Amino acid sequence: MTQSHPDAPSSSVSFSKTRTLSVLVENSPGVLARVSSLFSRRGYNIDSLAVGPTENPDFSRMTIVINVEDHALEQVIAQLDKLINVISITELDPVISVQRELLLVKVSTDEKTRSQVLETVQLFRAKVVDVAQDAVTIEATGNTEKISALLRVLEPYGILELIQSGLVAMSRGLKPGSISEDKR
Amino acid sequence: MSDTTKMTGASSLVKALEASGVDVMFGIPGGAILPAYDPIFDSKIRHILVRHEQGAGHAATGYAQATGRVGVCIATSGPGATNLVTPLADAQMDSVPIVAITGQVASGAIGTDAFQEADIRGITMPVTKHSFLVTRAEDIARSVAEAFHIASTGRPGAVLVDIAKDALQMQTEFNFPKSIELGGYNPKLEAPAEAIRDAAALIAQSKAPVLYIGGGAIKAGAHKELLKLAELTGAPVVTTLMARGAFPDSHPQHLGMPGMHGTVAAVTALQKADLLITLGARFDDRVTGKLSTFAPDAKIIHADIDPAEIGKNRRADVGLVGDLKLTIEALIPALKSEFKKNQPDISAWLSQAYGWRTRFPLGYDHPTDGSVSPQYVIERIGKMSGPDAIYVAGVGQHQMWASQFISYEKPRTWLNSGGLGTMGYAVPAAMGAKVGAPDTTVWAIDGDGCFQMTNQELVTCALNNIPIKVAVINNESLGMVRQWQTLFYNERYSNTELHSKRIPDFAKLADAMGCVGLTCDSTKDVDKIIAQAMEINDRPVVVDFSVHRDAMVWPMVAAGTSNDDIVNARSLAPIWDSQEL
Repeated sequence: MTQSHPDAPSSSVSFSKTRTLSVLVENSPGVLARVSSLFSRRGYNIDSLAVGPTENPDFSRMTIVINVEDHALEQVIAQLDKLINVISITELDPVISVQRELLLVKVSTDEKTRSQVLETVQLFRAKVVDVAQDAVTIEATGNTEKISALLRVLEPYGILELIQSGLVAMSRGLKPGSISEDKR
Repeated sequence: MSDTTKMTGASSLVKALEASGVDVMFGIPGGAILPAYDPIFDSKIRHILVRHEQGAGHAATGYAQATGRVGVCIATSGPGATNLVTPLADAQMDSVPIVAITGQVASGAIGTDAFQEADIRGITMPVTKHSFLVTRAEDIARSVAEAFHIASTGRPGAVLVDIAKDALQMQTEFNFPKSIELGGYNPKLEAPAEAIRDAAALIAQSKAPVLYIGGGAIKAGAHKELLKLAELTGAPVVTTLMARGAFPDSHPQHLGMPGMHGTVAAVTALQKADLLITLGARFDDRVTGKLSTFAPDAKIIHADIDPAEIGKNRRADVGLVGDLKLTIEALIPALKSEFKKNQPDISAWLSQAYGWRTRFPLGYDHPTDGSVSPQYVIERIGKMSGPDAIYVAGVGQHQMWASQFISYEKPRTWLNSGGLGTMGYAVPAAMGAKVGAPDTTVWAIDGDGCFQMTNQELVTCALNNIPIKVAVINNESLGMVRQWQTLFYNERYSNTELHSKRIPDFAKLADAMGCVGLTCDSTKDVDKIIAQAMEINDRPVVVDFSVHRDAMVWPMVAAGTSNDDIVNARSLAPIWDSQEL
């Protein structure tokens, strides 16, 4: 979806793409509600959102994955930056950041297929965390592409249950450059 | 400011309000906020007891718009707090600095659906600049200081401080911060020098510039600088509904208001311009009409304190994020040096734009049946009260006419609900304005529909010596809605007839509320009755002007259509010279 006004003039054709925002927020009640309410009232779709503690107990970090155009991304960042509890916003380029999702998946197996499934698990450097008579539960971490590739391979065996965390991401190297700080 | 003497959280709240410079607040007590009302009883802050919390909120807004200071309203938990939601949203939309203090149920009861519990911090999140929930006495003073800081700096807005009852009751030390540091809040005041240079260069290249002025010019107190910039560029000026008064209506460069009910000259100048110098405006849909056809040939300079406004609706060629006063102060010398190199000749553009103004002036007809023209009433109020008075409108036809037919020469003399379009705004906002500017004549120009939403605050005005004047422009209908039904719904007047020439009797109602009630139903009496209303200064006055019900607001750009399709009067598009099309 696009965030620009529906009848805004489009100077050049631009395509939506997936972006990862790393958002440092105050660790205080209601912050998650503020962020999610901002996204819903401004009509921005969130692909995933993960939030957790940081090295400093006063702050939490949200990793937000959205699918937007360049122009809309600027708006999302500017609107997020207006929230008083948002300290800084960094767009993480997948090339220079580490991005991980966690997957738990229960796959149907029988005598014949179990070894094939276990082989796949090894190939993807995933882990079997539970084995039952007719199913195995697999844990895998990786970037979005790896997780979807693993799921594609497992699908034919029959996926009984699946749960996935939101993406968490961190820039490579020493310190993340903060978009909202650059703007100041 | 720090005081080691123990006091209740409630006392620290009142002390913090005093330390924030509050001299008046509008409110109603109730269970959860009751501890705060005990120290309020002894405070030097004037508390005005309103009749409905919505009135408190709009009064705070009117006070803030008239004075430029932060308006304050106070209410109890639950319904008291939810009644503030409309004025909070209203103030936030129009970037008016107000702080609302609400009581909350005791911290241990939060989340239990306790009596009069409402999650007002959560409810107001989308309609405020920020909202606090305070559950500890020691946090009250700091939260109040932060609330005033957030409301009044950067892009002004509405801030709510919700305080649990037990926090108000517990003992604490008073701790009011000397300065406020908020990690996530740091408004930029000065636009980068290179952006200023880029803007100056664009202006120096433009052959058909327009200064598109929004409410930010008034908020930033930038009217003097604006006048200098306008005269330096020589460009035509348009002032939006929120900016009326930012630039004198009498100034020869002024083309009037743009937008849905703007002047033909202002709307057309924006459409034909090659450059919009946008100062504190936000490309609102009521100004742009269909966005894709708005000012198609114009480059955009967009100056605003809020970075999120730059490029939100219309892409900016140059964005100038900063305080508008500072931005214009920086732009003037940059432009002077550009003009030394090259000052374009814009005389052809000016004669074209001023030609539109001459050929398509605002106007209205007197009804042929002898009934009173609403535009005439409003025009006469403006003429007889002059540019020093403050005019406060409700929402609808009378609001547009008050913007069109009163001449505004000074900032903060025109108050209205522009963004949210809150019917019922006028009476309480006029009350707040009069409290903020007690020596100024304050007229509420209201409709009979709007008036019936919030007129209870006239009781507050009468009891507290707040002698506002209210002109009820009585066309016995929800006039603007009726106008749309006339134009777009085949004259099927579904639920817009209010019968307010019959019931209620506004003069008697005014009388019952301790005001003077007057009526006027003939054109020849209009001046006499306005004069009579102007002589009464010891009580509020309500004048019921019975006017023609079919009067319409023109010009008009129908919603969702292009500004090129402006209609000057019913079914009458302006006739252009062929070269202008």
